[in-house]
Amino acid sequence: MEILVCARRAPDTSENEIALNSAGNDIERDDLVYSINEPDNYAVEEALQIIARIGGHVTVVTVGGEDDEEILRREMAMGANHGVLITDGAFAGSDGRGIAAILKAFVQKGNYDLILTGVQAEDGAAQVGGMLAAMLDYPFASLVNSIEVLEGGKLKISREIEGGNKELNEIDLPCVLSIQTGINEPRYVGMRGIRAVASVPIPSYSAAGLGLEGSMAGAAAARVRRIDYFVPSLGRGAEILAGSREENIEKLIELLAAKGGLK
Amino acid sequence: MARIFVYIVHRNGIAVDSALELAAAARKIDAAASPTAIVAGWGLELDDVCSALEASFSEVWKIANDALVYPNAELIRKALVKVLPSGSIVLVPHEHFGIDLSPGLSIKLNAAYVPDVVAIEGLHGADLKVVRQEFGGQFDAHVRCDISSGAVITIRPGAFKPMESALRSGTVVDKSSDLGAISAGRRYLQTLVAEAGAVDITKENVLVSIGRGIQEKANIGIAEELANALGAAVSCSRPVVDAKWMGKSRQVGSSGKTVKPKVYLACGISGAFQHLVGIKGNPFIVAINKNPRAPIFQVADVGIVDDILEFLPELTNTIREMHRVSAK
Amino acid sequence: MVVGIQISGQVTNWLAPGRTLFLFIHFLGVSCFAYIVTKRLVPLLRAERDPRFDRPLTRAAKVLKFWLLQWKHPRYRTAGIVHILFFAGFILLVARAFAVLIAGVSENVEIPGLSGGAGQVYSVVTDYAATVVFLCMVFAIARRLVFKPARYAVPARYGKPHTADAIFLLALIAILMLADSLFDATNVALMAQQGQTVELASFLSLPWILKTSLASTSAPALGSLYYQAYLSHEVVFYFLLCYRPFGIQFHVETSLFNVYFSKLDKGTVKPVKWCASDKQLDQVKSFGVKTFEDFSWKHMLDFYSCADCGRCSDNCPANSVARPLSPRFITIKARDYAFQNYTMFGSPGNGKPLIGTIYSEDEIWSCTTCGACEEECPLLIEYIDKIVDLRRGMVDDGNVPGSLQKPLKALESRGNPYGKMEKKRADWANAKEFQQLCHVRTLDKKNGADTLYFVDSITAYDDRMQSIARSTAKILSHVGENFGILGVAEKDSGHEVRRFGEETLFVALRDHNADAIKACGAKRVVTSDPHAYNALKHDYKDVPPVEHISQVIAKAVKSGKIKFNPVENANDVYTYHDPCYLGRHNQIYDDPRDVLGAIPGLKRVEMKRSRDRSFCCGGGGLMLFYEPKEEQRMGVKRVRMAVEAGANVIVTACPFCMVNMEDAIKVAGLEGKMKAIDLAELADQQIKRESPHVEAPEAAVVHQEYVMGR
Repeated sequence: MEILVCARRAPDTSENEIALNSAGNDIERDDLVYSINEPDNYAVEEALQIIARIGGHVTVVTVGGEDDEEILRREMAMGANHGVLITDGAFAGSDGRGIAAILKAFVQKGNYDLILTGVQAEDGAAQVGGMLAAMLDYPFASLVNSIEVLEGGKLKISREIEGGNKELNEIDLPCVLSIQTGINEPRYVGMRGIRAVASVPIPSYSAAGLGLEGSMAGAAAARVRRIDYFVPSLGRGAEILAGSREENIEKLIELLAAKGGLK
Repeated sequence: MARIFVYIVHRNGIAVDSALELAAAARKIDAAASPTAIVAGWGLELDDVCSALEASFSEVWKIANDALVYPNAELIRKALVKVLPSGSIVLVPHEHFGIDLSPGLSIKLNAAYVPDVVAIEGLHGADLKVVRQEFGGQFDAHVRCDISSGAVITIRPGAFKPMESALRSGTVVDKSSDLGAISAGRRYLQTLVAEAGAVDITKENVLVSIGRGIQEKANIGIAEELANALGAAVSCSRPVVDAKWMGKSRQVGSSGKTVKPKVYLACGISGAFQHLVGIKGNPFIVAINKNPRAPIFQVADVGIVDDILEFLPELTNTIREMHRVSAK
Repeated sequence: MVVGIQISGQVTNWLAPGRTLFLFIHFLGVSCFAYIVTKRLVPLLRAERDPRFDRPLTRAAKVLKFWLLQWKHPRYRTAGIVHILFFAGFILLVARAFAVLIAGVSENVEIPGLSGGAGQVYSVVTDYAATVVFLCMVFAIARRLVFKPARYAVPARYGKPHTADAIFLLALIAILMLADSLFDATNVALMAQQGQTVELASFLSLPWILKTSLASTSAPALGSLYYQAYLSHEVVFYFLLCYRPFGIQFHVETSLFNVYFSKLDKGTVKPVKWCASDKQLDQVKSFGVKTFEDFSWKHMLDFYSCADCGRCSDNCPANSVARPLSPRFITIKARDYAFQNYTMFGSPGNGKPLIGTIYSEDEIWSCTTCGACEEECPLLIEYIDKIVDLRRGMVDDGNVPGSLQKPLKALESRGNPYGKMEKKRADWANAKEFQQLCHVRTLDKKNGADTLYFVDSITAYDDRMQSIARSTAKILSHVGENFGILGVAEKDSGHEVRRFGEETLFVALRDHNADAIKACGAKRVVTSDPHAYNALKHDYKDVPPVEHISQVIAKAVKSGKIKFNPVENANDVYTYHDPCYLGRHNQIYDDPRDVLGAIPGLKRVEMKRSRDRSFCCGGGGLMLFYEPKEEQRMGVKRVRMAVEAGANVIVTACPFCMVNMEDAIKVAGLEGKMKAIDLAELADQQIKRESPHVEAPEAAVVHQEYVMGR
């Protein structure tokens, strides 16, 4: 089976303390450690486990620049057969739809049975997978937490729904799935593996190479734009409630309601 | 102003809470708007939902088709594309169904897509200004969305106060005939219900977390009661797991799980570094501990120096009372 | 009894009819043994290289101490004494055994050097030796059947008990001694019959008893008994010889070699491949041990040499808290694998992965590398290198438990397992109040110092452990050290990274730190972390000599630079917990105790398990992140030991021990009843700090008391 995993490089949330920059319009990126977006890593691991069972190849693709190559190498160190970088200055400022359009053009250059993405990235949008599927007219399922390959070009998948329940579906190939974390236990990628793929060439594609028109992606085509980042006005600081127990409870409930802690 | 539709998620013949939250959100986009509810499904359950919605929406579009007995997002998307006028604005709750439906829907409708919105600031010409969160809720971001060709907007459940039902009498419009035959490359098989105890604390928005201050396994019940009242789950710090009072899957910390809730109640937790390292996304932390010098008070947003064994039950009772009152 | 070791030809005539038979048995026995040993050597010849031929004198000294003098055996007193007795017996009986064997095929037997008077003495000695061995065997069998020491028990998951086999072998040796004694007794009796009266000086020995009861037996009967005894002796001797390589008794043959070739450099970890330097590591195809053949020949020899005594597992802290690890069975299972796959006939089966077949992953990850097993083993079998090699194999295959992946990734990107930012590594020294008390310099190429304080990750980042860093800095200041820290240029020492099998990451961390250390020009390194100490001492090359803060304090106490105030609470009872990497691995037992002894009024007790028998707190470094399957935490067991010893304060000298002790105190419900404190913190707290200018008695003497903020 030919599997394509669409991945993305993101600030590693477990190893960064994210703060706003002094201008207040972005986060401070200088000290950040980046790695592959965690759900995408689960997707790659899932792909590797599938081809280990039934044969095939795994390609990992990302839209970005030079800096993003490192995640392709890491996934190749993990076992992916190919890494592809799609890079073009014209793509800067693309919104989710733009990225999906770019990926669609790439998918149509190849012949993939299954396309996986991680369920979401640090922006919490969870959009590219579903958009890509719609553009390709492929069936789609999000929040996938188990995949079983069936005969006749079909998969049996389960989706994570409320209360920890699982929604079982049958889906036709080719399809797009967005993968939820916890679907598997990604294997460890040691420094040794990464060094071994350090000089493997990674092909890159530009807009022209994909036959993509400028109007489909990039800043001009973007309909959704982030303007700034800000810290919500409720200040941070340990406020010790000093009233009687009743008063404290009342005040606490008020605060919980404001913070979305009450049903 | 384009027509605003509110997609209604329902279960067992009852619309979920988000229905009225989305109606409130619609008002934020256009204060004068009278959003149309759009519901898909089949049979008596669908009818029940529609009639209940008449109390809150002036128009309820009903899409009935036996293929839609189970809300298969792939089929529903196709149905909506056939029914919705072009340029519409569609609000959907941002949960497992909404995530499944909406991105693809925005493509098929050629509409803009803004997911997981927590606040709507208003229209500026053709641009809608909203607030989203990124980095697991650590930061808010202002986002501008060009809605001139329509938009699909998913709304974070609980972010908007539900619109009070104005006891209007709406009309149900049957749009089922617009459908024609629909099929999809994905077919629903069945739902596997989670075994009791299969709580994934990493996905919870509110956690009542207990530490050694709970003192005995028997006392965990008071945390569970509070969690029930809050619609939360119970998590814990390592000593509780070590004492085998709770399973490992409940543990928050460097050798436990990393949680990203919106609200974290640290009850009888001292606040050791190994525990705190498992709390990400800068949630609202409430610390309740009888030791005023517990390190947790350094990192909490709100602190209460009290004995959790007495404080929590009272808190639970007060919340329950409050719910009882508001439900009337 | 024989005169000298000479067995008179007249007597051996009785053996003449069996000469051919005996010769045949000799031939059969020796050739079988040779064949068996050759087959046993086969896997060793295909195994990994392991250079153990250096420092022959040191090795010979070890043989003398541990093999001949059985240095470790008395650690378990009863079994130890019994073993020493029958081992001594065997050694003494060697010459005699040869003589007896030859007697069957040669008319006259004489062992050079043991004729005449010497021979007589030798005879007496061997008579008693045989008796002692016999009695030891009887005792050992009784012990197995009646007293059933716990460490011999075989947990169900490891198979059936080994008791039957053990008793079988013990019984055979007893029979051998009986046969030998009977042969001796009948020999003497026959000589007596022929008029050669011999004085039996070995009163009440087994041969003596037998000979006495044979006094009135007729010559033919004696002759027949003589023949039977000889035959039995020969058969049992050769049977044992050929049977030993099939079980735990192979240690009889291999023990000398195993001790000779044993590891000389404590605290080190073997390189990935002895034949590959660090720079060549990239070309090594496979890291670590994945199949049996990946073990080195010495490790395979270890498997053969295990005597199944169970002392290792009896002292293994992981085993005692019911983690799935039992060092004894690491060895026994590998030995059984060797026996099953390298059989006497047929071709070797090989190449099967060990993890998932004879070993489970958790079994291998459960080890804290405390070294208690290696410390205990009388045959000097090594464990840590094997565990590390097995881990290297799993890491190479990407098979790392999820709980360890996060800290490893954090070590790679941030140089510490907590994922905290590099730039905060020196924040502990920058707290305003502390800065005023003690200014800690950051060293680099331009700003050097004599001494570098290597802090390492946990002490630098953990809020609680930072107090150890501050105390250490203050102590160094107090003794007038010109010191500094590497600050943000410091990365994790990589000690556990290496022992958890991530060699490549370890090399990266080590090279980074070694460069930084060299750049700052320090002539000596001090650390308060025994894991860092061990790393800098054994894993790092070309770095200045390293000392642990306890050594610094002890020296300063001796030289008078440090004087202590008496303890605040005279009722506190202190006990010192030996950290594994300070004590067992580096033999630093006395310095910390000397420091405690120098504090006036400090009452100290010793826990039962102390010094080289210290009980691991639960492990450090990456072990803090691992989620073991266990019934109890090691730390909890340890604090209970402290309670048992009558202490209410545990003093440690390791930040990881501190984490585990403080956690355990909470879990065990001992908050308020037990306290833990680091040696550096205690020393800092108790140091008598006087104004440098001691004025005349009339003038006011200003005492500045530095109170540790708690």
